Amino acid sequence: MITLDMVYLVVGLMFAAFAALSAVDQDNPRWLGNALFWGLLAVSLLFGSHMGDHGNGFLVVALVVIGGFRLLGVGKPHTTTPEERREGARRHGAWLFVPALVIPLVAVGGTLLQDHTGVGAALIADRQTTVIALGLGCVIALVGAMAWLRPPVLAPLQEGRRLMDSIGWAALLPQMLASLGAVFLFAKVGDVVGQVTAAAIPMDTRFLAVAAYCVGMALFTVIMGNAFAAFPVMTAAIGLPFVILKFGGDPAAVCAIGMLAGFCGTLMTPMAANFNVVPANLLELPDRNAPLNGVIRAQIPTAVPLLAANVLLMYFLAF
Amino acid sequence: MLVLLGIAVVVAGFVLRINPLLVILAAALTTGVMAAVAPGASVETLARAALDTLAVFGKAFNDNRYLHVVWLVLPVIGLLERAGMQERARTLIASIRAATAGRVLMIYLLLRQVTAALGLTSLGGHPQMVRPLIAPMAEAAAESRFGAIPDRLRFRIRGYAAATDNVGLFFGEDIFIAIGSILLIVGFMEQAGMTVKPLDLAVWAIPTAIVAFAIHTARLVLFDRRLTREATAAAASSEAEAAR
Repeated sequence: MITLDMVYLVVGLMFAAFAALSAVDQDNPRWLGNALFWGLLAVSLLFGSHMGDHGNGFLVVALVVIGGFRLLGVGKPHTTTPEERREGARRHGAWLFVPALVIPLVAVGGTLLQDHTGVGAALIADRQTTVIALGLGCVIALVGAMAWLRPPVLAPLQEGRRLMDSIGWAALLPQMLASLGAVFLFAKVGDVVGQVTAAAIPMDTRFLAVAAYCVGMALFTVIMGNAFAAFPVMTAAIGLPFVILKFGGDPAAVCAIGMLAGFCGTLMTPMAANFNVVPANLLELPDRNAPLNGVIRAQIPTAVPLLAANVLLMYFLAF
Repeated sequence: MLVLLGIAVVVAGFVLRINPLLVILAAALTTGVMAAVAPGASVETLARAALDTLAVFGKAFNDNRYLHVVWLVLPVIGLLERAGMQERARTLIASIRAATAGRVLMIYLLLRQVTAALGLTSLGGHPQMVRPLIAPMAEAAAESRFGAIPDRLRFRIRGYAAATDNVGLFFGEDIFIAIGSILLIVGFMEQAGMTVKPLDLAVWAIPTAIVAFAIHTARLVLFDRRLTREATAAAASSEAEAAR
């Protein structure tokens, strides 16, 4: 049976390889930072369960220091030239999309098989099924693509490292925010925010609670530029205690739609630089440095009605 | 009330553009230490609270390692990019024949949403697709209809092109079960003692995706009408200028 630990082993070995390849990358002046960062992540994946809570805490501190103080560079492993890529695109055609599509197919298919068939249940563990099936899909797609394209043996690791380096410290963001959420829950931050919010907005009807959660997600995202960061705060404060526990909302529907309400905020804020400021620069918009540049102004009339729609969708679908 | 200082640290850190990893860890430690502040609490107590908080954080970090399973897709995507996947996507986009700027963007919105829902978020994007392809194609469609267009309209078309990429990405990617936001939800809820399945979250993202497509498409239809009106008016006024 395939378990989560086996998938961790594969992912851990991949990060160990990224670390090793970074260590011998002479084109990256910050090779040491990259080698340490991906190496520590490999340690976490391979040995995290044997390190104790304090050990993991100190591991996080080390990762945050490397990632937070810009000690990470971007490696530039050798890859194909634009000409070779155009030639490849011509030769392989639309088949190039097939290995990529295998991944979601196996991830969803594996999850459904595990849920509904004996074979699937024997093959895949029942905890974190989707994540395991996703890992399985990646391995199958990789083996298939290797057999088909016959690139150099190290190519998938070098190409993976190229993409991983371009993501950089941001790779830790969701995990860090989920952990911050755990600390918030531990310190009962949600209860306090909930009390403060409830004092300001009487959360005595289902509609008010839903609206406060969705609009709160959007506003918090506007301030922070990131719905991921708003999610643990607003969900601990309003989503969980009021919408889910007090009024009995379905947790999956409430959280999914709540996150999307946050994305409406992302459309409206210059704080989300990657999405709203970078393109304004790339497209040489004359108002690119204004707080509400041409990209954001084109997005607000979509974002506002969509936020209202999310309130209604949650109100009608989550109960 | 003092525990709210943790949230204040998050907000201040993000507003001041300090690296989010540092902000998050600082916010966690602030929260944990402030929760221990009480009349008569010694420095030693507070230091112990900081260490305990670090342990809570470390445990949660370890519990949430599965968020990294997503990165297993990178070697596959990298291999396909190496073999020309993005170039192939560009050929596909460039073969779109649409008469108006709004319709070019509508087709792109649909493609962007569908591919993001299948996990192919790297096929679009501002540097790869909008700047080299989508914005020029939308501008060209407007120019072939109206002749030369004033800069004001040209920049508005570009703004809409970028907006269309964002809308398609944001409200498509959450249908893919292994995107960061879905796994963050799973992780957070598990910390709160509730199990939610990624597949359920993905299914609940579909209604919003449909509404997002409908709203943005309607806006693109209106945008086409406004372009026609303003481009005709601009042409008329420059003709009047020339006649004078």
